[in-house]
Amino acid sequence: MAEVTQLIHNYLRRDKKFPHVFCPGCGHGIVLGSLIRSVHALGIPKDDVVLVAGIGCSGRIPVYVDFNTVHAVHGRALTIATGIKMANPKLHVIVIMGDGDALSIGGNHFIHAARRNIGLSVLVLNNFIYGMTGGQCSSTTPQGDWSTTTPYGAMEKSFDLVELTSAAGANHVARGTTFHVKTLDKLMANTLTKPGFNFLEVLTPCHTQYGRKNKFKNPVEMYKWLKSTAMPLEAYNKLAPEKRGDRIPIGIFQSREETPLEVSYENLRKQLRGAKS
Amino acid sequence: MAKTKKGQTKITIYPDWCKGCGLCVAFCPGKVLELDPMEGCAKVVREEDCINCGFCELHCPDFAIVITPKDSKGSTEPNEGSPKS
Amino acid sequence: MTAKRNTPKEIFALGAEAVVEGALLAGCSFYGGYPITPSSEIMEGMAARLPKTEKGVFIQMEDEIASMGTVIGASMAGRKAMTATSGPGFSLMQEFIGYACMTEVPLVIVNVMRGGPSTGLPTSPAQGDVQQARWGTHGDHSIIVLSATDVQDCLQMTVTAFNFAEKYRTPVILLLDEITAHTREKITLPAPNDIEIFSRLQPTMPPEWYKPFEETVRGVPPMPPLGAGYRFHYTGLTHDDHGFPTSKADEVASAISRQFRKIDQFFFDIQIVDEHQAEDCEILVVAFGCVARSAHLAVDQARELGIKAGLLNLKTLFPFPRGAVEKVIGNCKTILVPEMNMGQMSREVKRVNDGRCKVKTLNRIDGHIITPKQILDSLRKG
Repeated sequence: MAEVTQLIHNYLRRDKKFPHVFCPGCGHGIVLGSLIRSVHALGIPKDDVVLVAGIGCSGRIPVYVDFNTVHAVHGRALTIATGIKMANPKLHVIVIMGDGDALSIGGNHFIHAARRNIGLSVLVLNNFIYGMTGGQCSSTTPQGDWSTTTPYGAMEKSFDLVELTSAAGANHVARGTTFHVKTLDKLMANTLTKPGFNFLEVLTPCHTQYGRKNKFKNPVEMYKWLKSTAMPLEAYNKLAPEKRGDRIPIGIFQSREETPLEVSYENLRKQLRGAKS
Repeated sequence: MAKTKKGQTKITIYPDWCKGCGLCVAFCPGKVLELDPMEGCAKVVREEDCINCGFCELHCPDFAIVITPKDSKGSTEPNEGSPKS
Repeated sequence: MTAKRNTPKEIFALGAEAVVEGALLAGCSFYGGYPITPSSEIMEGMAARLPKTEKGVFIQMEDEIASMGTVIGASMAGRKAMTATSGPGFSLMQEFIGYACMTEVPLVIVNVMRGGPSTGLPTSPAQGDVQQARWGTHGDHSIIVLSATDVQDCLQMTVTAFNFAEKYRTPVILLLDEITAHTREKITLPAPNDIEIFSRLQPTMPPEWYKPFEETVRGVPPMPPLGAGYRFHYTGLTHDDHGFPTSKADEVASAISRQFRKIDQFFFDIQIVDEHQAEDCEILVVAFGCVARSAHLAVDQARELGIKAGLLNLKTLFPFPRGAVEKVIGNCKTILVPEMNMGQMSREVKRVNDGRCKVKTLNRIDGHIITPKQILDSLRKG
């Protein structure tokens, strides 16, 4: 565990102002740290990494780190990432989005990217709210919770991202939290290496726009909530359904080895050009 | 289980980067850190009780806390550029 | 087909097929698209041809917004990229067009215009997207909009579109119409060595000193592909020379002004206009697209009747070729602007004319081409 932070510092852009813009206690910095540690541990050169982010608080992550970074328009990061990966499959293309960006405005692109199994590492930082715009409800805000646009409690059900992504056809589907960081690091390494559409949902607290409006006194309370609510998938599966309550399973939910789209396309090209000559 | 050795680390907190979220203070098993009420950020109060569990480093969202083992030999050089083919 | 072609070749092709040929000749190696009448033939042609090339990639996406996203990503990764659509899809693409302007990403977007607004007349021609092509996306931005008159033009203007996109690091919109895209004519495929192809400038300094959005001597910043050793930040937020977001007044003003200057400085290169009998004309027709073909015949017929008519066939619609118009209206009493819309190009003509001549409009929005007879009748009236 030594010198982890110094390593992170070596990957940050020197000409950016720190501390970064995220609120005290926001989990986004923890995700960035995990991502940097994984890239380093896997020996991936900085030039080979492309971070594509959506709009929102999580969209502000890439500018801080010394990779090839793209800040897309709202909801469409997956489309730009698809173009990059198809144009240059050698690049490690990592997409960072918030829950609103990825699943509301970006929902259509999300299910299609999973369906076509394009080789992207996709991180959805789920803080159950639209943070940057001031705390409006998102498609993952738990039913009954307060937000600026659900002042009487959220009426709609929320998505289960793991179920959605698995059903859409992604090769790899996982969930972690910003409290369980050692697990997150393992999941992150998996997300960066396995081929095909590789999805990792990270439950991350937003105290400013969600937590303090929904009975959490401070950011630490939200992390304590993550600690007590999230549990490993294996243990969750062993629990009787009536005992599961509000517990949230974390770990790897789906792991398949279907051919990624960019590989299929290259195979098609070889076949067509081989047949010609 | 062998008793974990304490006090084998040097802990540095960068006040400019620390936002005083309190995560490191709340979860440190050795109660090594406290929030300074005047400065509004974390400070080291019992460095000798640190067991080098790494929780604070892994969880600091602002990369403001650096744990260096007293016998450090580790490399923190990043993977620059591209591999030479 | 394995040997590389070194000579021109005649083919019988649809306008849409000519666009495909032009794109491939220009070096296009990426197409991302979505089906929409009357542009789908372009997409289908690219789907068949691209995987047979050395590194061509084709992908059909889930909507037009996604199509734009992929071609932007591919261009950032170093490819010459294109998409094609029609009115409803063009409306969806507007946000990303603005993003491409702000991030200065070269792109070609073909809009085969059909009757609008909304679902409109999917299988009939119109020219109703002219002002949208200039101002469809929000905010102040420069853009290049081109047009093609016949099938040979579809090939040529596609090549030109790619060249402008690369030279000026900008999205370029090529406006066709349903008639031109669906007409078959004999055209000449130039030999690849016979056409001039431009590619985006590459940096000439080490990575640590490269600033992706800096004002340079050439007026257009170089653009390395992602992954080539130059790591920097793309964002749709207003940004400084490094690409980092800024809201400082001087940096914002400087950044937006530079984006305009990048195009303004090169009007002489960008503004392409074909003149036909315009040097001494007294009544000038300003037309574009398939209507320019009708106008060409009408002008010839008018001359036979002793009417001193002339034609400016606008190949570049925006930046609007003010100079080309001013050059020939010295002896004119009337300017006639026939167009298949309610009067979109005529607004530009009136603006530039500034009261000098009488500007007459000839508008048709019923899904049929303006005929030579309609234009001739108007020329006769003076």
